[in-house]
Amino acid sequence: MLGFRFDSLQLPAHAEETRKRVRAFLDKERKAGTFVPHRCSWNTFDPEFSKRAGAAGFLGMTWPKKYGGHELKMLDRFVMTEEMLAAGAPCGAHWIADRQTGNQILRHGSERARELILPKIARGECYTGIGMSEPNSGSDLAAVKTRAVKVDGGWKINGSKIWTSNAHRAHYIIALVRTEAATEKRHEGMTQFIIDLKSPGVTVRPIRNMSGEEEFNEVFFQDYFVADDMMVGGLGEGWNMVTGELVFERSGPDRFLSDYRLLTELIDRVGKNPGERQAVEIGRLVSHLSALRRMSTSIAGMMERGENPLVQAALVKDIGTSFEREIPEIARKLVAVEASLDDPDDRFAETLSATMLYAPAFTLRGGTREILRGMIARGLGLR
Amino acid sequence: MANEQESMSAILLEQTDRLLGEQVTKEIISKAEEGQWPEALWKAVEESGLTLAMVPEDAGGVGVEAADALRLVRRSAFHAVPLPMAETLLAQSLWVSAGGEAVEGAMTLAPCNPVDRIGIAADGNGFRLSGTARRVPWGGKAGHVLVLATDAKGASHLALVPQGKAKVSARRNLAFEARDTLVFDGVTVPASAVRAAPEAVAGEGMLILGAQVRTQQMIGAMERCLDFAIAYANERVQFGRPIGKFQAVQHMLAVAAGHFAAATAAADAAIEAHGSRDAELAVAVAKSRAGEAAGEVAAISHQVFAAMGFTQEHPLHFSTRRLWSWRDEFGADAFWQERIGRLVCANGGDSLWPLLTGT
Repeated sequence: MLGFRFDSLQLPAHAEETRKRVRAFLDKERKAGTFVPHRCSWNTFDPEFSKRAGAAGFLGMTWPKKYGGHELKMLDRFVMTEEMLAAGAPCGAHWIADRQTGNQILRHGSERARELILPKIARGECYTGIGMSEPNSGSDLAAVKTRAVKVDGGWKINGSKIWTSNAHRAHYIIALVRTEAATEKRHEGMTQFIIDLKSPGVTVRPIRNMSGEEEFNEVFFQDYFVADDMMVGGLGEGWNMVTGELVFERSGPDRFLSDYRLLTELIDRVGKNPGERQAVEIGRLVSHLSALRRMSTSIAGMMERGENPLVQAALVKDIGTSFEREIPEIARKLVAVEASLDDPDDRFAETLSATMLYAPAFTLRGGTREILRGMIARGLGLR
Repeated sequence: MANEQESMSAILLEQTDRLLGEQVTKEIISKAEEGQWPEALWKAVEESGLTLAMVPEDAGGVGVEAADALRLVRRSAFHAVPLPMAETLLAQSLWVSAGGEAVEGAMTLAPCNPVDRIGIAADGNGFRLSGTARRVPWGGKAGHVLVLATDAKGASHLALVPQGKAKVSARRNLAFEARDTLVFDGVTVPASAVRAAPEAVAGEGMLILGAQVRTQQMIGAMERCLDFAIAYANERVQFGRPIGKFQAVQHMLAVAAGHFAAATAAADAAIEAHGSRDAELAVAVAKSRAGEAAGEVAAISHQVFAAMGFTQEHPLHFSTRRLWSWRDEFGADAFWQERIGRLVCANGGDSLWPLLTGT
């Protein structure tokens, strides 16, 4: 028997009700022309959209009402995210805050941090990033060197973080830093803090990605002061905090629906009477997608029950992002079109081009495929 | 009540596992592959009630839910049972649900692929069957063949045909399981052996049921392969350490586990959709996904075992040869993928999401 399982799960009626509400909201948005589906995904930063989604009750869905939440279930949130992604909604501004930062603050933050930050996230007004990687600490996260030193009433931080998406337009990041010098026990001595990106002592430098966009950043700390009550989790608990949020980060529909709109464009471009090869390849993609969706739903159910299915989350991310990488490669084999950056009249070519230039990130961000496979292997009982 | 049923099916599953784990030995499978019918094993399986699992209690069966029966089929494939256990289980249930009585001995079903058709016409007091069914599991060995036949008006019937009536040409799949050609050259059967086909099998229903069964069997066989391969990777020492400590081997097995998990998710969905109007799509997805996974899991398992797994001596091939056969039977992955693709394209990109979410 394998060391892990994916329980069967039927989405409950309340989640299907949520689906209807999200669809009604998205229909209204589409009719108002607020977004162009084939040009968006969860990397599209649109604060106005986030505010409307917050006002409609789709952010912080599982959090207590006193922090601006809606006290719904994990499966309601799951349905909301998959509907947003499938519709190609521009949900990038609030994505990290709603997916993981807010949950970490709710579960492990101080009361002041919860009251200060969670209601703003739920209203779609507050955006966050992830402060894990450093220039010399990528896959090997325990090698972080950014240092926090105890001072009166808080900590003074020096060092830098890298690859932090949206740091140049977000409000906070949660940073993993060393509160003790590294010893033989590499996973000890690290702590997480909430960093206010607009405060003195923080400098953000955007890094242009290969398609010319500014999305990820380097974040520098120079004698940055963080108050004691902006600690997330206990002192020295950083590693546990980081691994605890991975399940939120890795198991969701954002790990297999990033380029879903390319698949729908491909279907439309191929038309109602596909050739045999086109039909076979599209059918294969749909069979993969269908299985992935079920696995991801199953994990949402396990999270709802308070479990922490880390290996399953790694597995969904590994096969989900491999699936995302396959879509543009298959699409270009099925439709003879040259990818082009300036063919606004050809929706398919435009979507294909944007996806080609973004696809390398799918199997890197949130943990490389190679790291995930190591985790899966350990879950299988190897090592 | 629900709990009682749950524990009932758990007990049955455990009993089946124990019975098959003890009795399906390498010797038995090898002999069966040489053409020797494993009578003692068959008797044990029959006595345990497995072949009548889906037949209602008042018709002399065990009366388990179809979903539980399909899980039994999955488990029996883990053990590589060299018998038409799944075929008998399915045929008994179909025949009883059509109004027939449970039959003694092994049964099988025909036709088994998307192209073969058997015709049926009235003939005196009975009926006459004509046509050819290829790749029929144990077609020349099972006591009875349950034939899905279509009359001139297009209506579907089930005919129970005893062994010896159809002309048999012996054929085998890659696992040396009998996949015989049956020629029904004006075979006559009495009226009592013909019933109107239940809706579940009318038209293409038999193909879908067969694909459902082979999908569940592939899951069982894949799990066996992974069990073998993971255990071996932890035992086999080269360069001073178990090969499972090498990243290259770990990553191969992680990929295999991903295929297995995805195929299992699709197969679970197919079980849940069994008997519903969503069954065809769910089975199409599951057979495609499992068929693709089967090839990957088999290849990776062999790679982990190297020369050892390529020998007759090691039991890995019992599972991998079944995987290579079952993925082709009752519609290969490409057959079902094409079907899904045509359905999706006919409805357009915006219809895909409602189709996937069932809303």
